[in-house]
Formats: sequence, C-alpha cells, structure tokens
Amino acid sequence: MNLSPRARVLAFVGIVVALVVAAGVYVLTQGREVRAQRGADPEAVQTPVTEVVDDPRIVFRHTGLDNELGVVAMVPLDDPGGPRAFTGVSCDRVAARADGASCLTIDRGVVTTYESHSYDADWDEVDSSPLPGIPSRTRLSPDGTLVGTTSFVSGHSYMTAGFSTATEVHSFDGSTSWGNLEKFDLVIEGKQVRPTDRNIWGVTFADDQTFYATVATGGRTWLVEGDLDARTLTSVSPDAECPAISPDGSQVAFKVDVDPGRKIVWQLAVQDLATGYRTLLEQGPRGVDDQVEWLDDDTLIYGMPRQDEPGVTDVWSLETTPAAQPQLLIEQAWSATVVR
Amino acid sequence: MYISVRDRPTTEKNKATSTGTAARPPVGRVVIILGVVSMLTDISSESVAAILPLYLTVVVGLTPVAYGFIDGLYQGVSALVRLGGGWLADAADRPKWVAFLGYGVSAIARVFLLFATGAAGIAAVVTADRIGKGIRTAPRDSMISTSTPTEHLGRAFGVHRMLDTIGAALGPLIAFGLLWAVPDDYTVVMVVSLAFALMGVALLGLLGPDVRAKREHTGPTPPPFRWRDLTDRRLRPLLAVAGGLGLLTVGDGFVYLALLDHADVTVTWFPLFYVGTNVAYLLLAVPAGRLADRVGRARVLVLGHLALVGAYLCSVLPTSTVAATVGTLVLLGCFYAATDGVIAAVAGRLVPVQARSSGIAAAQTVVALARMLASAGFGLLWLLLGPATAMVSVAALLVLAILVAATRVGRLDGAVTTAA
Repeated sequence: MNLSPRARVLAFVGIVVALVVAAGVYVLTQGREVRAQRGADPEAVQTPVTEVVDDPRIVFRHTGLDNELGVVAMVPLDDPGGPRAFTGVSCDRVAARADGASCLTIDRGVVTTYESHSYDADWDEVDSSPLPGIPSRTRLSPDGTLVGTTSFVSGHSYMTAGFSTATEVHSFDGSTSWGNLEKFDLVIEGKQVRPTDRNIWGVTFADDQTFYATVATGGRTWLVEGDLDARTLTSVSPDAECPAISPDGSQVAFKVDVDPGRKIVWQLAVQDLATGYRTLLEQGPRGVDDQVEWLDDDTLIYGMPRQDEPGVTDVWSLETTPAAQPQLLIEQAWSATVVR
Repeated sequence: MYISVRDRPTTEKNKATSTGTAARPPVGRVVIILGVVSMLTDISSESVAAILPLYLTVVVGLTPVAYGFIDGLYQGVSALVRLGGGWLADAADRPKWVAFLGYGVSAIARVFLLFATGAAGIAAVVTADRIGKGIRTAPRDSMISTSTPTEHLGRAFGVHRMLDTIGAALGPLIAFGLLWAVPDDYTVVMVVSLAFALMGVALLGLLGPDVRAKREHTGPTPPPFRWRDLTDRRLRPLLAVAGGLGLLTVGDGFVYLALLDHADVTVTWFPLFYVGTNVAYLLLAVPAGRLADRVGRARVLVLGHLALVGAYLCSVLPTSTVAATVGTLVLLGCFYAATDGVIAAVAGRLVPVQARSSGIAAAQTVVALARMLASAGFGLLWLLLGPATAMVSVAALLVLAILVAATRVGRLDGAVTTAA
C-alpha cells in the first residue's frame, strides 16, 4: 500500500469512527430490545404461591426472557403445564425439599461473586455462604438437612487457564461443613488413589450419611458412593456423570458419554444399585447436560436448552425404558426438583 | 532505526511516559504504536476472557471440565506456533506483517465466536485466538528490539508491557460495564471485543512502521536466517538460566490458592487477585525496565525471581492478613515487571540480527514450557506436602537456582550485543 502518512492516519481514524459507531449502535439497539423484553410479563399463567405450596409440586428456575427471569417458580405435580407461582426469590440453580430450598446465585459485577443460600419453607433466608465459582449443581438430602453444591472454578492465572470443579457439602443451617470432597479419601476399584487431577461433581444424597457423586481422573469418570462420616469416596462403576438417586433409593440415573473421544455426547442411563445392571435410554435426549431428577420411580426429568433461543430452557420428562421418548413437561424452566 | 515521537502530535499517553525525562530521549514511536495495538488487543481478548466461563456454562450449557482438558492441550501447540512465528518473521525479514497475521487471526477468531455454538466450536475459536497470539508475540517484540537503542531497551519493553497490561485491566471492566447496561447479553461484549480487535489490527497495518532488522542493518548484509543461529554461544546461557528458573515458577493459580487456603481470605476476593497482580505489574513495568537498563538486564531478570520467592513465602505466612495478601500480589506483579519484558530485551540482543525474532521466540518458548512442567510437578508436591510446605520448598529451591543463575549474570550482561 503506497498511502501517504496523512492518508494512513485518516484511514485509521475513519476505521475507528466506523467501528465505534457500529458497535455503539449495536449495543444501544440490543439494550433497548433486552430492556423491553425484561419489562414484559411472563407468557405463562400465574397463580399465588399459597395455591401451590401445600401440595406435591415441582420447584424450578423460570427461564422465560421476561420480568420473572431467574425467579424460582412452582407448579403442581399433577399439572406441570398449568399456572405457575413465582416466589420472588432469584436463583441460578435451585433444589427444594418440603422444609426448604438450596439456592445458588451469581452476583454479576466487576468482581463477579457466587453464593449458596438456604431458604426455609416460606422462602425466608436461613443461611448464606460464598461459593468458589460458577454454580453448577445443588441438591438437598431427603430430609433437607444437608446441602451439596458444585461450582466451576476458573483458574485466573496469568500464563494458563483451566477449569476445575469444587464440590462441597454443608448443613442446611450452615452450622457444619464437610468441605471440598476432593479432600475425602478416594478408593477406585478397591485401590486407594491420590490423583492430582481429580474433579468431583454432582452430589445426590441417599440419606444423611451416604451420597453418590461423579469423580473424574485420568480422563475417565466414575460413579462413586460417598460416606460423610468416614470421609471416603468409593467407586461403584465407571463412565457415569451427575448421578441422581431414585425416590425409593434402588436406582441411580446419570449421564453417559456415548461417543468417547474428543467429542462429548451425553445420553441418560439408569443403573440398578443392587445388581449393577445399566439401561441406556437410547431414545432419550442426545447432548443432555443436566443433573436429572426423578419425577417418580419410573420417570426422569431434566432440562434442555432451546436451540433457537439462547438462555431459554425447557424441562422434559423421560420414562426409564430404552424405547421411551422425551415429553415436554414444563416450558421455560430449569433446575427442577420434585417436592412430594 | 530510531524514530522520535517529537514528529507526531503529542498524545496523553506519551506525555505521561515522557514526563520528567528531559535527560532521556522519548520512547520510540514504534514502541508506542505497538503498545497501543497490544492494549486494544488485550481489551478485546480480556473482555471476552472475563465473560467466557459464564457464557459457556450459563448460555451454552457447556461443562467446563471438558473444556479445561482441551485448553491444556493447546498450551503446547501455542509454544510451537511461537517458534514458527519467529522463524517466519526472520526468514522473510517482515516482522510487521507476520505480527499483523497473528493479530488478524485473533480478530477473525472473534468473528467466529459470534456464531460458534457448542463445545467444539468454541474450543476451535479459542485455539485460533491462541495461535494468533503465538504467531505475533516474537515478531512484535523483535520490532521493539530493533527500533530501540540498546541502552533504553528495558524501558521500551517496560512501556510496551505497561500499555499491554492496561488493556488487560480495562477489558474485564468494559465487559461488565456492558453486561450491566445490557443484562445477560453476551453477544454485546463479543461485538465490542471484535471492534477493539479490528482497531488494533488497523492501527498496526496502517500506522505500524515496517521495521526490518536485516534490511536496515548497517554494515555488511547479514546472511539468511538458519536455525543454527539459535545455538549462539551468547544465547545459550540465557536459555539455560530462563529455563532453570522457569522450572521453579509455578502458576499464579497455585499462589492464589495458597492465599485462599488461609481462613481470613474468602473466595470472594479470588477474582481480585488477578486484578491486583496486573495493577502492580503495570505500575512497575517501566521502573523495572529502567532499572534493568541501568544495572544490567540479566541481573534484573535473575534477581526479579527474588520477588517470586517473596510471593511464595508471603502467600503461606502463618499469620494471614490483608497486608500479606496485598504483599503477595505486589510481589507477583514485581516479578512479572522484572522478567516478562526484560527477557525479550535481553534475548533480542544475544542472537545475530537475522535471528532476532526467533531468538526472542526461543527464550519465551523455553520459559513457557518450563513453567508448564513446573505447574504440573508442583500440583503433585502440593498434594503430597500440603500448600505451606510445598511453597516453602519451591521457594528454597528457587533461591538456590537464583544463586547459581547469578553466576551467569556477569557473562550475560557483559556479552557483546548485536546492534539495533
């Protein structure tokens, strides 16, 4: 390019002005659009909390792009597509039992912070504690006295970047913490191991002592059984992520990578804890990434993002047979748990 | 070649860097332009980096564990690309256009980020960005090296790294400002990031001087570049020293984790550690560079690792206070200020002129690979000994390494330097 110095300066200034104008217009238009969207009421029919709270119900995070985005909502268990009751409490991940809920939040700011909250049955805060990273999963023990949380910790190092998970268990009222499960003794296939690359996620409680979770090490995942008193994690079987124990305690459901290698394609499977027999739900969702919940002893529910609407998700149900097809259960919902 | 900034309109930036420098010549135009290019590019990359974890998990619904595995793999690729970028710049004697290619690749990656969906797509885009960074670093540093007189090299690199780090500090602020104005709309950040990246590319392409070390070399025409130039007897001790010290440079992540291991420091502060280190780095980059020019660049490079020793020890002090945390971050920033730009300043003068980019690339690659090994090994030590003992052990080893390296300082600083 044989441009004069003056022409070069002018060209540069021209490019900067064009870029600033283009980016500015985009930001302003998007801003107006998003604000209009967030001012609108939800499409779903609403009902007061008192109408839903005394009966079996599904508690979830509302994901409609409207003025209730992120707010915890409830629908009756016998009418999941019916009117929803908004609690006024916002969570990025939520899990509920009869006596309360665990709620993980992201507080966006120049320094983004993450917290774990406990709410009682009236949605009043009981306890809160900081989380080390982006909320991923939370579950309560059956009687609601224990909370399990998984968050993603992003390494803010100058030279390298990487992710790991931090999975912790604490009591609902915040009085006791078992700390990061990475510090538990790990036994894989009968051998005690101490790998540096271990990552743990997705706790599901059988009772107030026994739980199941995923341990990843050496590029492989394991379904492990945990013992809070003994502080141990013991492998049950390989290749299972984000377990969820069935209401009767006899089965676990989890994600399986059905295309091992570079690409990850998750499908759902259930495993009988007594026999170890595993059933892959072949007609279930491909690419599912959620910790499932049991609607009843024969049906799973899980969230899926909408392909055409980023940020919007729906909750689907799937019976635990290989031939079962997914059914849309609750629109604009995520992080659903069943309160029986 | 040396261009004074007096022949262009004074801007706020070079006013700031030249205040009270009546006795010293102003910083070269090349340095300022490349510094601003780096600043714009860092605003671009750091604004996206700040939101990427949230975007991936909240919007894309990706499990970052999978992403992390991929990420680690590409660190090694980036080191090899860096050598390739250095070689290309030397072989063609066109560092500006090789750097331009690197900045261009990263800018194009931002365009694709707008359309990428799913883990593989985003991993590919992030990799392209890394490759771009790998390509451009050494040619850009060789341009700074070529356009600055030897006696002011430390300061020139200090000014460049300061501008670069200002961008790194501004990026996350801009990202969260945008997310505050337009809630949850990550594409807004990506579009603005793209605009900054394109500004950087345009600035380099249109106003970046075509610095060509070989063509502008006074005296007999240098021979073509050969890989053997990298085995230069002057460069070898630098590679040994940098590699040896790099093997004891564990990632910042571990230092931050050691701080977090204390009861008084809550995880809430974690993201601020990175900001604190950057602020200390950008404030100290120029003073450290000037000190290096005065007392010897290799000396500052080696002794700068004492700041790292300090940071290791400070991070595991039994009585943890806010002062200990701030002290650790300042020492880390001090370590980067004394080493990151300074090593490029040293390396560029210890190889023949036709191998300048490759020489700088070689030094930076050795450091990067050594630090990768260090972090992997330290992870093990951390688990076996616990944070405090592991940190103190590495600190002790590093002191020993510094003592050994110090015996080479005289030879490195006294080496015959290749002219600008």
